[in-house]
Amino acid sequence: MASGVKPRVKVPASASAGEVITIKTLISHQMESGQRKDSDGNKIPRSIINRFTCDFNGENVIDVTMEPAISTNPYFEFQATVPETGEFKFTWYDDDGSVYEDSKPITVG
Amino acid sequence: MLRTTTALAVGLIATATLGWADADENELVVNGEIEITTHAPAPAYVDGLTEIYSGWRFREPDTQLTQMDDFDNPAFLAVDAAQITWDTVEGEAGKSCASCHGDVMESMKGVRATYPKWNETAGEVRTLAMQINDCRTENLKAEPYDYTSGKMTAMEALISVPSRGMPVNVAVDGPVQSTWEQGKEMYYTRYGQLELSCANCHEDNYGNYIRADHLSQGQINGFPVYRLKNTKLNQVQDRFQGCIRDTRAETFSAGSPEFVALELYVASRGNGLGVEAPSVRN
Repeated sequence: MASGVKPRVKVPASASAGEVITIKTLISHQMESGQRKDSDGNKIPRSIINRFTCDFNGENVIDVTMEPAISTNPYFEFQATVPETGEFKFTWYDDDGSVYEDSKPITVG
Repeated sequence: MLRTTTALAVGLIATATLGWADADENELVVNGEIEITTHAPAPAYVDGLTEIYSGWRFREPDTQLTQMDDFDNPAFLAVDAAQITWDTVEGEAGKSCASCHGDVMESMKGVRATYPKWNETAGEVRTLAMQINDCRTENLKAEPYDYTSGKMTAMEALISVPSRGMPVNVAVDGPVQSTWEQGKEMYYTRYGQLELSCANCHEDNYGNYIRADHLSQGQINGFPVYRLKNTKLNQVQDRFQGCIRDTRAETFSAGSPEFVALELYVASRGNGLGVEAPSVRN
């Protein structure tokens, strides 16, 4: 069971129409690979974030499938074109079924 | 080329008069809004210095940049974790930190800037860590943290955040004076087989290199510090231990009266610098 999971997102508060902006996201998560064993030799079950998506006003920007080799606290930095005022919605999907969400508004002016 | 770009991003102003090893002239602004003083006149009671500089001014431009944005500053992972602790009920009293103190960003404003300080009820000088543990055992009825543990350091970092940019203002007189004098004596006492005092490096030789390490003035306005070397937050007394160990001496233990006195004195040497904690260093 993942504990202390907290998403963090950085999106500029405003942009000009059609501008390409940089988005940074990070989620604190231990990303247990499923390959390790504990001190008694038992396998530690896999517990990772397996998918990350970003949508802007309902339109998908990025959709990432994540694998066990990805390290603790996965960080994504990507660019997006902003056509209009709206909201970026970020979603992380955990192996245990949890879904973590965050959203950031951006104003085009 | 990359190096030049980074340097420009920090706003580096090259000065011909300063040697390359000295403190640089960069200005520290966090998140583009919190201006932090990294250079000030030395307090009158500091005999060996006329100017005081934050350790930030001695670091590489890319390390400096990491501290200028909370998203990039890895210490904020610990701060986020401590925020959860702050809001979580713990101990037999059924209270959380928030039960009494509410929003940490409001209630703890300015706290980091004045510690260590005198506690009238207890009749002792208290560091922030001691106060956190006192709160845990007396008010929460919970187990105290180990003095330099990750949880303690994270909590100190969280409590420091709302004080960033405020000038360090530690009292040196009144009831704390004898402790302060003890700390001062320690600062100038040579320890270990190498017979080094704090002052030998951080007062006489700041700006110079000790092997590959660029010596700062040993200011503690940035503690707890996220160190790239061990990729975690470091507690100030943990750092003291590291320093004394490097003189090949038996160190004092974290939380000991000796280190409390030393922390008070070293903190007071930085009176006037802005609180930077949690900062990023190498």
